[in-house]
Amino acid sequence: MFISINQLNKQFLDKNENAATVLKDIDLQINKGEFVSILGPSGCGKSTLLSIVAGLTEATSGKILVEDKEIKKPGKDRGMVFQQAALFPWINVLENVMFPLKKDMSKKDAEAQARKYLKMVQLTNYLDHYPHELSGGMQQRVAIARALAMDPEILLMDEPFGALDEQTRTRLHGQLEEIWMETKKTVMFVTHSISESIKLSDRIIVMGTRPGTVLTDIKVDLPRPRDAYKTEMVEIENHIMSYLKKEIDKVISEEQNHEANI
Amino acid sequence: MKPIYKRIIFFVAIIGLWELGARLGLWAEIILPAPSSVFTSLYNGFENMTLVYDLIGSFRRLFIGLAIALILGTSIGVLIAKSKTADDTIGSTLLAFQSVPSIVWLPLAMMWFGLNDKAVIFVVVLGGTFVMALNVRTGIKNVSPLYIKAAQTMGSRGLDLFIRVVFPASIPYFVTGSRLAWAFAWRALIAGELLTTGPGLGYTLRYASDFGNMSMVIGVMIIIGVIGAVVDQLIFQRIEKSVARRWGL
Ligand SMILES: Nc1ncnc2c1ncn2[C@@H]1O[C@H](COP(=O)(O)OP(=O)(O)OP(=O)(O)O)[C@@H](O)[C@H]1O
Ligand SMILES: [Mg+2]
Repeated sequence: MFISINQLNKQFLDKNENAATVLKDIDLQINKGEFVSILGPSGCGKSTLLSIVAGLTEATSGKILVEDKEIKKPGKDRGMVFQQAALFPWINVLENVMFPLKKDMSKKDAEAQARKYLKMVQLTNYLDHYPHELSGGMQQRVAIARALAMDPEILLMDEPFGALDEQTRTRLHGQLEEIWMETKKTVMFVTHSISESIKLSDRIIVMGTRPGTVLTDIKVDLPRPRDAYKTEMVEIENHIMSYLKKEIDKVISEEQNHEANI
Repeated sequence: MKPIYKRIIFFVAIIGLWELGARLGLWAEIILPAPSSVFTSLYNGFENMTLVYDLIGSFRRLFIGLAIALILGTSIGVLIAKSKTADDTIGSTLLAFQSVPSIVWLPLAMMWFGLNDKAVIFVVVLGGTFVMALNVRTGIKNVSPLYIKAAQTMGSRGLDLFIRVVFPASIPYFVTGSRLAWAFAWRALIAGELLTTGPGLGYTLRYASDFGNMSMVIGVMIIIGVIGAVVDQLIFQRIEKSVARRWGL
């Protein structure tokens, strides 16, 4: 297995030092080059899981192995794209994409590499623009180019298109799919949009909430691009919906109970 | 009408009425000399170079003091932002020091350094250091965790993370800190100069006052005010605005 998540648990301590379990016994195996979506209701721990894989958050127990090596810290083998582009506002687009390359290569090579990936996201005309001069969708493409530029084995994406409008999102889906087919990265893609996950992934990990567990693991075996397979996609969507419905009901009834107790 | 025209008309009217009042002898020349005599005093002062030497003297003290204040303030700010112990001890003391007008230190400074430049520079340094330190501390503590996380996933940490992310991310606070440091230092400088020897704007102000040269007193007051306003509005506020825009604040 390329990425192997074993018996992963994560607890947070709340104000009263009580442990709240956010992730419980997560087991997940991901193959090299696979596009895997993590789908689940808000608060089920998707971001937490991704952040642990990125090495930004420590697990309470359990292990994550990438090519049999245990993950403890962030590393350049895992590029991350956040929901907010997280570009550095004090440097321009080109310099942002060069940021992870500065230490490993000469300035010239870094620039050539950055240009290559900016071309991939079709932003060659904006190299000297500053982040505040770009639209949200353009910023997110720069962030994708920046993560790709350090040529990581794994691309971690936490709702990268969550803040964008429908049309921009659809366009970026197409671009991401192309980039993925071209670069053959292993992708972990967090989303709460069912249709987005069906459109993009080889596999969909559906998560339940409180505590966050893996409910089911669905293979999507449709040829790409998938726009021509509307009926199949709707079938999968209904299938996933049946799992999530129970979870959403659970969240709602819990919240009502909680309110009743106050 | 544009604000700039309103402002010009306002000033012309004030100066006109002031000149008129003085010409009609509504008050004694010693109480409030006419704008024309203030202008003559300023003209003479610049022509015989005394005001030029005053300006050079004042700015020399200011620049030395402000430079030390910015360096010292930045160092202290970084220290208290990074070390909890330093923040609990030095950090809380700074707030107390900040609320004391720095001119209060002058008697002590004169005992330490004598009645000279060093004492004034010391007061200027105190005037600027604390605001700078407090702003730098706030800036560093307010760096968005998202920037730090993003940088970490790109292999940056430790000193590299500080230099390439934390420091530039807090530049807006550095600019504000410098602007306030300048404002405090400028006030401290003039106050200090009033009580020590020249050449310097503050010294000339007191000297003119001692000799009843009221048109010079007002002239120097105008110079002090104009420099304060010009540096603040034309330099610092512009930098502050453009930085805020780029940093997306
Ligand atoms: N640093 C933290 N301290 C305490 N609790 C936290 C912390 N980070 C996350 N949590 C809790 O963990 C749970 C999962 O959070 P997480 O952000 O992983 O959810 P998510 O699935 O990404 O949700 P969303 O779809 O809304 O982004 C939430 O209940 C949240 O309150
Ligand atoms: Mg999330």
